Amino acid sequence: MKTLTHKLTMTTALVSTLLLGAATAHAQPQAEVLHYWTSGGEAKAVQALKEDFEANGGKWIDAPVAGGGGDAQAAVLRSRVLSGNPPAAVQIKGPNIHEWAATGALGDLTAVGEAEGWDNVLPPLLQDIVKYDGKYVAVPVNIHRVDWIWANPEVLAKVDAEPPRTWDEFNAIADKLMAAGITPLAHGGQPWQDATIFETVALGLGGAEFFNKAFVEKDPETLKSDTMKKVFDQMRKMRGYVDADFPGRDWNLATGMVMRGEAAMQIMGDWAKGEFVAAGKKPGVDFLCIPTPSNGGYILNSDSFAMFKVTSADDNAGQELLARLILGEKFQETFNLYKGSIPARMGVNSDKFDECAVKSMIDLQASSEGGELVGSVAHEIAAAGAIRGAVLDVVTEHFNSDMTSEAAVERLAEAIELAE
Amino acid sequence: MTNSMTEKSLPAKRPLADWLRWNVAKLVVAPTFALIIFFVYGFIAWTGYVSFTKSKMLPTYSFDGIYQYVRLWKMSTWHVAMENLLVFGGLFILIAIVLGCLLAVALDQRVRAEGLLRTVYLYPMAISFIITGTAWKWILNPGLGLEKMFHSWGWESFSFDWLINSDMAIYTLVIAAVWQSSGFVMALFLAALRGVDSEIIKAAYLDGASLSRIYLVIILPTLRPVFLSSFFILAHMAVKSFDLVVALTGGGPGNSSIMPANFMYEMTFRRNQIGLGAASAMMMLATVMAIVIPYLYSELRERKHG
Repeated sequence: MKTLTHKLTMTTALVSTLLLGAATAHAQPQAEVLHYWTSGGEAKAVQALKEDFEANGGKWIDAPVAGGGGDAQAAVLRSRVLSGNPPAAVQIKGPNIHEWAATGALGDLTAVGEAEGWDNVLPPLLQDIVKYDGKYVAVPVNIHRVDWIWANPEVLAKVDAEPPRTWDEFNAIADKLMAAGITPLAHGGQPWQDATIFETVALGLGGAEFFNKAFVEKDPETLKSDTMKKVFDQMRKMRGYVDADFPGRDWNLATGMVMRGEAAMQIMGDWAKGEFVAAGKKPGVDFLCIPTPSNGGYILNSDSFAMFKVTSADDNAGQELLARLILGEKFQETFNLYKGSIPARMGVNSDKFDECAVKSMIDLQASSEGGELVGSVAHEIAAAGAIRGAVLDVVTEHFNSDMTSEAAVERLAEAIELAE
Repeated sequence: MTNSMTEKSLPAKRPLADWLRWNVAKLVVAPTFALIIFFVYGFIAWTGYVSFTKSKMLPTYSFDGIYQYVRLWKMSTWHVAMENLLVFGGLFILIAIVLGCLLAVALDQRVRAEGLLRTVYLYPMAISFIITGTAWKWILNPGLGLEKMFHSWGWESFSFDWLINSDMAIYTLVIAAVWQSSGFVMALFLAALRGVDSEIIKAAYLDGASLSRIYLVIILPTLRPVFLSSFFILAHMAVKSFDLVVALTGGGPGNSSIMPANFMYEMTFRRNQIGLGAASAMMMLATVMAIVIPYLYSELRERKHG
């Protein structure tokens, strides 16, 4: 014990002497980063951020919480905030940022944002997410596109299928595949995966205006409209295109089915690309990435770091540095190459990205300008936890039973009303 | 002489020693008692209070009436969860007790290798529900387990798709839970069977009663306390079952096999609805109370009679 204390004092003394030069003039930037990126490409991506931060003189305090897609982290965060000791930067996304900002727990990054010109490089939809009351409270790290069809070209060639441009064309291809004895759609029956298909269909059949009116404004008339009934009709068709063993299957197993040619297509966000690439497959040759039919729409999912209110000068300096680095072009490129997503800021050099990512970048720009860009419901961008949960409940119940579309829209409107 | 000496020196010490002797048990129990009061009953009270607030992401403390309960009972998912609890709890308790009892009676026939068999049946209890759930998920998955096995053996028409059928998924939970717990019930019954007075059985034999009659009319009725305790142990396992659902069905297909504990977790920790989660937790507590209070009542009354 004595030696330990001694050692500690010695180290502290040593470190402080070393830092004295810098510390007298500037605060030593430091940031405790609470995140749940603990595996594979995600862990590598975080490592890249850490190295960048340290190279710029920051002190990175890593606080990873594994498991549950962020559920475990949320519990840690809640207790840290309640005990008055929040971490500096926390990986939270979508409307959760606004919920935390409403409690007054988040800091203010507007000064950094103005200096770096974030208003000019971030898509407006993304700005809405990371701003609260006109102030930047979080920084986006990446953009994932949700509305992708991942297809096996060899299987599609068996029925001479062209990439579908409308849902009717999609159904025609799927019927041909069925007739040829091939499973058209690889799918995992988990609520969030059901909802992923649902939102691509909703955007495709209704367009961005309908999508936002239903899920962002939660307008009961839109939720019960004929268009929504058509969306559920299409979902009923989709149910017929999946194989019998789909319930409970993980998304990456479904990706494997497309890879091995057991199924023709999967509708999933671009994290599925990582599975193909990891198996040594080439985009455009061994697998195709086709946007789901939607007339130039784009469903966006984005991870971000929210900056909590901290008091010490060191922590504040750390937050500013971290925020600047995260949205810097260099980090945006490295990180997103690891993660398989695309940069959160527009105009980053696309040379190193593969053709799916490049297509995603081009489509993002176009849809953002054309007003066809929407936030994902299934991945908690357009709707907060409770609303998203209500949509998931109804969609998955409809998908797994013989509920009519009429009953489904009534249930949807009711569940969303109850969730608020 | 020595006697009077000790008598003179002791009286001062004696009250303390006596007090200690009488109270040492209470002193030993006091810390645990205080911890239980705080961490169990204190938090039950806290949850109860939070269920009457509009708490969402963070707990708030302004009283808001029974709003959360009204909301809870309007949610169709909650109704599904409660119905599932009824189906699962009823079948699980019934089958586990019947099966456990039959196994115990069978083992009670002085069979060979009884020790080995007893261990075989009891061992599932040593496994956590997560493992049980995962193993049964593989066994029951049509593309992977039983169905595939029979198909590859040439029985092509064999079909067992309960796991992926929303109407039947809840029964797969019953299968796994019964597999896990009936051995434990068997052990309880076996111990009690061994305690039955053999003189009575011999007397019944002499009177010409058949074996089945001896069991049905003489032995099983004396086991009433064992029936009761297995019922209560299994009932509380049913109400709090959470991990089995997570591992085996994930609440699916389409929320069809969700249980109240899963609902509570989902609302509190995933959807930032702490108030609603607290209300559902209180409803679970009420379910347990509805079982435990009549039991306590009957027990206490019996003791008075005895």
